[in-house]
Amino acid sequence: MKTKLVILALVTLAGMAFAAPQTFDFKDPKGINNAGFKLDAPLESINGSASGISGSVVFDPSNPGATQGKIVVATSSLIVPNPMQRQHMLGDKWLDAAKFPEISFTAATFKNVQTTGDTTTADVTGRFTLKGVSKEITVPVKLTYLKDKLGQRVPNQQGDLLVIRSNFTIKRGDFNIMPGQFEDKVSDTIEITLSIAGASPK
Amino acid sequence: MRKTLRIIAVVLMVGAVTFWATTGANQGWTKTRVPQKVVDEVTGLEGVHWQDKFVPGVDFLAMAALGAGILGVISLFVRNNSK
Repeated sequence: MKTKLVILALVTLAGMAFAAPQTFDFKDPKGINNAGFKLDAPLESINGSASGISGSVVFDPSNPGATQGKIVVATSSLIVPNPMQRQHMLGDKWLDAAKFPEISFTAATFKNVQTTGDTTTADVTGRFTLKGVSKEITVPVKLTYLKDKLGQRVPNQQGDLLVIRSNFTIKRGDFNIMPGQFEDKVSDTIEITLSIAGASPK
Repeated sequence: MRKTLRIIAVVLMVGAVTFWATTGANQGWTKTRVPQKVVDEVTGLEGVHWQDKFVPGVDFLAMAALGAGILGVISLFVRNNSK
């Protein structure tokens, strides 16, 4: 009887461990994680990307709708091909990277959650902070849970991966980035593409 | 001297246009970095690696034209030594 109780307890504990939420770290040793951005401009669109991604997400494979977390982008990691445009972009009139070194999104609630296999799509509402201004926005996200795939990406490590993809737009004027100014030269709308993977080592 | 300045102006402009044309005739702004797409095989994510590379654009041509123009204007006020 005692043995059966021990086995039952172990099975229960194993089940709890399997279903437990996992924390995924989004600092990418391979440097693939990036946030792309695009603004329309008369001569050519301004296309750039940021690689300074960090943050963590708590994800439960058995309950993706309960996902919580925060993704941070280092403002100074934003790159555009033209050096003068980059200097202006990071300068005090535009992003003011020295004063506002981080751009972040903190997820609060998941809606319209649909899971097929290892992939979940949802509309995530959270707080987007840019140039010190925080606004609640809702963005579509696609989460892909890759169980036991960390070892294939990072040698000598075992664990899981969580891939997050999202495309959304914001208006720079909403975040105090030259509101109402130079809209004939740089569009108010910024298209953002997030392509990131987080690791949960075991 | 006048002739020399005009020759330099022409060489500057022709050289700039040739350099611009041979480096891809970029009709946008001058670039000092170009993005290279990198695909992560495990996650399928598409990343961007920035490669240092000078790609002259229309502002490069404009600067060359401005330089050639200034040389041309200066040549108007310089005495011609050949006379």
